[in-house]
Amino acid sequence: MTLTDLAFWVLSVMLVGSALAVVLSKNLFHAVLWLALALTGTAGIFLLLNAEFLAAVQLLLYAGGIITIVVFAIVVTERLVGERLSQTNRGVVSGALVASALLVVIVNTLMQRELPSTPLPQLNDITRLMGEQVLTTFVLPFELLALLMLVAMLGAIYFARPED
Amino acid sequence: MGLQAYLILAATVFCIGLFGVVTRRNTIGILLGIELMLNAVNINLVAFSHFNATATGMIFTLFTICITVSEAAIGLALVILLFRVRRTVMADHLDILKG
Repeated sequence: MTLTDLAFWVLSVMLVGSALAVVLSKNLFHAVLWLALALTGTAGIFLLLNAEFLAAVQLLLYAGGIITIVVFAIVVTERLVGERLSQTNRGVVSGALVASALLVVIVNTLMQRELPSTPLPQLNDITRLMGEQVLTTFVLPFELLALLMLVAMLGAIYFARPED
Repeated sequence: MGLQAYLILAATVFCIGLFGVVTRRNTIGILLGIELMLNAVNINLVAFSHFNATATGMIFTLFTICITVSEAAIGLALVILLFRVRRTVMADHLDILKG
């Protein structure tokens, strides 16, 4: 068992465990903190896959940005702090059934396929290649993305503006 | 680890997220489930990209992350707006469209 394998297993356990805690936790605030751990675990998986830049983006945007926004949203909307409100609806059993059935189907399909067990020879500087391709081959989606971000920010500000 | 291990890990996280989306009552909880599902998809994309030694999947992941951030910002703004109008964020109390 190499060090990479060990890291993969540790990160997997952390990721699956915190993901379960996100959906099962009774307190929504705790769920957000578990989500932060899950997102950090994903960043670790990205590091294992030689995607250092994406790991950094993941930590900055997700674990930094989204968690902060969600915490704000909870603070603004949670009137009933401390009150034991049921956080799940009546579909827990059917939901678990659907989710596990989907998992069985996906894993079954994956098991039947011949998938590579070792990666192809790696490109020496993937981050540099990403940067070059984003600004040449994928420049149109990149610009559209900038437009989308602008529209999303304006929309969020419009929705959350103070009442007049 | 082979590609299969990463894909199975991503599938597990995706299904956990799906469970959260269909069982949570709180709208913010549903959004957290969606975040988990999007994360699982990102793991898939990066794993395929790594094992095929191309950058395309990683660039796609970069775009997905940005779109997710926009989605979260809009979604949470909607939640705040919803709370202001209806004084609740429980998805099963939001039944004003019911005939």
